[in-house]
Amino acid sequence: MSPVQVAVLVMVGIGAVLLVAAASMTVARMARGPSSLDRVVAADVLVAVVIATLAAEAIVNDHTTTLPIMLVLSLLGFAGAVSIARFVAERDKAVRWEDPGTRPKDGAQ
Amino acid sequence: MTGLSVADVLDLLGAFLVLVGCFLCFAAALGLLRFPDVVSRMHAATKPQTLGLIVLAAGVEVSLRSWASFGTLVLVAAFQLATAPVSAHLVGRTVYRTDQVRHELLVRDDLARDLEAAGFRLGPAPEDEQGPDAAEGDDRRLS
Repeated sequence: MSPVQVAVLVMVGIGAVLLVAAASMTVARMARGPSSLDRVVAADVLVAVVIATLAAEAIVNDHTTTLPIMLVLSLLGFAGAVSIARFVAERDKAVRWEDPGTRPKDGAQ
Repeated sequence: MTGLSVADVLDLLGAFLVLVGCFLCFAAALGLLRFPDVVSRMHAATKPQTLGLIVLAAGVEVSLRSWASFGTLVLVAAFQLATAPVSAHLVGRTVYRTDQVRHELLVRDDLARDLEAAGFRLGPAPEDEQGPDAAEGDDRRLS
């Protein structure tokens, strides 16, 4: 094993440690919340961490098998966030700004 | 060994770029854990989604050095650049509409000014009406 290969392995190894720490902290945020939107943002970051892991694995083993998986994740990773954001908008009715159209008439309160 | 060949330099550069991408993921997760509200957590979360992914794709391409992987990686970066703003926009919109922004942390709130100009007005104090999700938050308060 040449020194260059060792250096590559060391760098990607440090990256893998960072990724493990990142995934742990992201899952911690998903567990703690407090709102479901926090969890959605954490899920988006977790998808990014998974893509980074696949990239690191492709470099270490020098193959292109995982590239289509990265493609699918980057294409569909946003679907969960969009659907949950819409769902939360329907469920939480704590609006701060009242629409002039839905505002009760003066004196009707 | 007498110096590095071009392939060696490219391999090292690719590994370094992947290391940078991994560091951005780590920084985002740290921000996700430490920042006080959803909007600032979104700010941290976008770093690995765009810059981090582009750096990672560049690193993989520099290491693999084939046109087939180049095409796939360009598509990966392009799809991520096209879809990340969609989810960020919808999450941010929902955050503002369900009043999960901590207004005391904002320097300025242009949307509030525009809403006021458009005839919207501040509703009753929404702090009391939030669901159990928001009420149980331990770090929504100033610490």
